[in-house]
Parts: sequence; C-alpha cells; structure tokens
Amino acid sequence: MIIQRAHAWLGRAWLAAGFAFLFLPILSMMVYSFNDSPIPNVWRGFTLKWYQALGSDTALLAGLWLSLKIAFLTACGAVVLGTLAAFALVRYRRFRGRTLFAGMVSAPLVMPEVVIGLSLLLTLVSLQRSIGVPERGMLTIWLGHLLVGMAYATVVIQARLRDLPPALEEAALDLGARPHQVFWLVTLPMVAQSMLSAWLLTFTLSLDDVVMSNFLSGPGATTMPLVILSRARLGLNPGVNAAATLIVVAVGVGVAVAGYLIARAERRRAQEAAAAARA
Amino acid sequence: MSTTHPTNNAPTPAHKRVRTGRGGRWVVGVPYVWLVAFFLLPFIVVLKISVSEMGTVHPKDLLVWKDGGLQVMGDLGHFAAMAADPIYLGSALRSVQYAAITTVLCLAIGYPFAYFMARARKSVQPLLLMLVMLPFWISFLLRAYAWKGLLSPEGWAHDLIVGLGLDTLMAWLGMIPAPGQLMNTPFSLVVGMVYTYLPFMILPLYGTLSKLDLRLLEAAQDLGATPWVTFWRVTVPMSQAGIIAGSMLVFIPCIGEYVIPELLGGPETLMIGRVIWDELFFNNDWPRASALAVVMILMVIVPLALFRKYQAEAQEGPR
Repeated sequence: MIIQRAHAWLGRAWLAAGFAFLFLPILSMMVYSFNDSPIPNVWRGFTLKWYQALGSDTALLAGLWLSLKIAFLTACGAVVLGTLAAFALVRYRRFRGRTLFAGMVSAPLVMPEVVIGLSLLLTLVSLQRSIGVPERGMLTIWLGHLLVGMAYATVVIQARLRDLPPALEEAALDLGARPHQVFWLVTLPMVAQSMLSAWLLTFTLSLDDVVMSNFLSGPGATTMPLVILSRARLGLNPGVNAAATLIVVAVGVGVAVAGYLIARAERRRAQEAAAAARA
Repeated sequence: MSTTHPTNNAPTPAHKRVRTGRGGRWVVGVPYVWLVAFFLLPFIVVLKISVSEMGTVHPKDLLVWKDGGLQVMGDLGHFAAMAADPIYLGSALRSVQYAAITTVLCLAIGYPFAYFMARARKSVQPLLLMLVMLPFWISFLLRAYAWKGLLSPEGWAHDLIVGLGLDTLMAWLGMIPAPGQLMNTPFSLVVGMVYTYLPFMILPLYGTLSKLDLRLLEAAQDLGATPWVTFWRVTVPMSQAGIIAGSMLVFIPCIGEYVIPELLGGPETLMIGRVIWDELFFNNDWPRASALAVVMILMVIVPLALFRKYQAEAQEGPR
C-alpha cells in the first residue's frame, strides 16, 4: 500500500517535472517578450514595445514573407510528389528499381540535413557553373525543402493509403466505374484528409527550417529563421522573443484549429459509416 | 515513422485492377525522376568531389582525357588528412560522444516519464500525449534560443543553478570550464539537445509501454517477484523495441545537429556539422567538406543498419 502510494506520487512528480522541463523555457521566453527591460532577469514592467518594433523591422518582415511563400510552395509540391510516391509504393508492388525508390523516398528522413543541404548545394552550384541556372535563392531553397517535405508527406499519405479497405474500390469497379473515376471519386476523397495533414506538416517544417535554407540561400534570399538565427547568434534579443512568441501562438492556433477540423471530419465519417452499416 | 509498421499485407487483386496501365508510368515516373535528380545524383556528386583534387576555384575533373586515354585523377588524400588531423577526427568523435550522452540522458528522463504516462488514468492519457507532441510544432531554432535566455548570466535557470551551488560540482565534473559560466559549454549544449530530442524518446517508449500486457506484470508478482525485479525482468525487456527506436530517433539526428551547437555550444564543443559548414563557406574547400559529409553519412548509416537488422529479427522471431 505504502509502496503504491509512493509510486503514484513519484509518477506525478516525474510527469510534472518533465512537463516543466518541456514548457518552462518556451513560456519564459514568452514572458520575457513583455518585459520592459531588455535584460531577462530584471522585470521592469509590462510593455508591448518589442512587438511594436517588429512592425518596422523590415528585414524580419521580408524574411517572413519569403518564408511563407516558400512554405506554401513546398507544402503544395510535397503533397503532389508525396501522393504520387505513396501510390507508387502501395499500389505498384513490382516495378524496376522499387527497392532503390523506397530507399530514396525515406532516406531524407534520416539523413542529416547538413549532408542533404551540402550535396544539393554542390550539385546546383556545379550546374549553375555549366549552364547558368539556377541562381541561388528562393528557387534553390524551395528545391531543398521540397526534397525533405516530400519524404514526410509520403510517410503520412502512405500510412493512410495502406489502411484503406479495398472493398470500397472493388465495389465501385463492380458497379461499373472506370478506373480513373474510381481514383477521383473514391480513392482520392478517402486519402484527402491525410493529404491535408501532410500539407500542414510540410508547411510548418519548411517555415521552421534553418539548415537547408542556410546552405541553399543566396544573396537577398534570407528566410525568417535565418534572420532569427543571425540575431540569436549575437546574443539575447527582445525582438526575437517577441517574434518567437508570435510564431508559437500562430502555430499553436493553427495546429489546434486543424486538429479540431480533422477530428470533426473523422467523427462525421465514422457516423456516416455507422449509418451506412445500419441501413 | 513508418518503420515500425509491419509490411506484410499481401497484394490484393483489387489493387491490380485499379492501377491503370498508362497512368502508372507517371505515378512511378515523376517522383522517381525527381528523387534521382535531386537526391541520388547530389550524393554521387559529393562522393565524386570527396575524392577529387581541389583546383583554384572548384574541384578538378575526376576523369581526364590524357595521352589518348581516360585517366582517373582521384585523390584519397582528404580522407587520409582527416584521419590525421585532430580537428576533423576530434569533431567526429565529439559528435558521437555528445549524441551518445544526449541519448542516455533522454532515456534516463524519458523512460520513467513514458512509464508513468502509460500508467496514468486512461482518460488523461490523450491529453498527456498531446502535451508531449506539442513541442514538435515549435521550431528547433526557437527552442534552442529559449535556453540561451535561461542559461546566460541574466537568466533565471543560471541564477537557480549558481544559487544552489551546482555550478561548482559541474565545473569539477568538467561540464563547464569554471563555476558561474554555463553558456557555450558542453553543459548548455547537452541541455539544449536533451530538451529538443526528449519527445522523440518519449513517444516510441510510450507506444510500447502503453500496449504492455498488465497480466504479465501481475503474473510476475503472483510468482513472488518484487516490484523492482518485475520492472527490470519483465517491463524493461518487453519495451526493448521502444528503447531501441527512441534511442535511434535521438542519436541519429544529434550526430548531424547544426543549429543547437551553433547557439548553445562553445569553442570546445565543435561538432562535425559545423566543421563541414566552415570548410565549405570559409575555406571554400569542396573536397574536404564532401569527404566530411561522406564520413557523416557513414556515422549515421552504421547505427541505422543495426537498427534495421534488429527490426527485421524482431518481426521474424516469436513475439
């Protein structure tokens, strides 16, 4: 009994300490962003001046705009390529070089970004020296993000595609649908939700990425994380605290809303399936 | 990650019927060509450059027409130089060392955490799981930066550690160069890496521990095992898959970590990612940077291959 009591208390204490470790640093940073004093430890009253300063911070705003553009394009491209790759892996069990293909799809998940960034950079620079394109900048950063994003998108979509019950597609075929109709009307709507998850995941990954961007950026193409990194290297910066707080809040709200919508869609589909089963 | 999924589902006839003859060429072809062009080819380029001689601006060609024949102008000197130079060898060893320390600490903190999570009331478990996953959505950069604000002399974690006198102990252990100096030390680096990668350890551990058959634990206790013995002889061996998966998810990215050492590390914690960067952008030495990248790939592939082998054996063997 005493052992069990101690066990429960130790458990609660360990969980509390662990969550404190995970969240206190971020929360401290958010609190610092409202501190009138630039020195974190000295609380000199509440202020919003660091946020106001962000409004006129052209370097950071330009970086944010570039990051958003790249993230949007990355997410769209990654979902297209990831969907194709997921179909290739799940539906086409035998084609030449399948092992190589499967390896290449998942390799960016485990390869250090430093290695991927370096190899892509050297290749693109060699290419540019011989044919003149591509110039280092937004395009090259996008290529790098797309490479990593595609791997994540494939994993997410592949998992859903593999669990899809074949009966629905068989039913559609038996009822006379053409294969392309089956694809557009049955298969795709069923994986659409995982495509949305993959889109959100790759969007945030691209928005956060530092290493690939650092290797592949050129003059004039500085993404927001690169701006933040160069300032954070120099030391503490209340402006970074404010920007970080806004990013964390924006991402948190976005994830919460997306999670809610996905959960709702899931519930509705489960209800429809149950109703269909009853009928 | 998908690696834990069993992939034993047999191809069904429906799948064969649904695939359309001509569409298939595009479904496989487009991502295939893309990956070959932007993933495989760059690796071959790096391999090639790593054994090339450096010209004045960029590496010389590997194959040269000379005296009416094709000659290979290879140079394995970069690898030899790396083995001899304490900077390169040291940075590679340090990367492994810090990755290993981080993995062990994550396991030491994360295992009890995942264990207690899995034993918490079923109704609160989804919430706990969500809280563990939440940091994934916060950028690595900002999480490392947050520690900068805590451990620098103006931060409260610094005050707390110094106030408790722990810094003297840490200096004695060699984690920091002198009492009171916490930032840009091996200590701050490891704190940042443990902080960043802890969720990667907890999630697979929770995955295996929450599926543990509690009747086995009861059986062990009925047969007279103490809770301590039950834990070490039953719970830990049964969660081996989670321990190994979590350790891989922490160890492998830590080897190639670049941002955290950049923000929280110091001059004595130079890791291989940073050395690659310096060789490329400060020394403009492509072959050296490429050779280091090849070394880094090997450092990642060896544990990965062991992991795959273990997984394959675990799937084949009786459960």
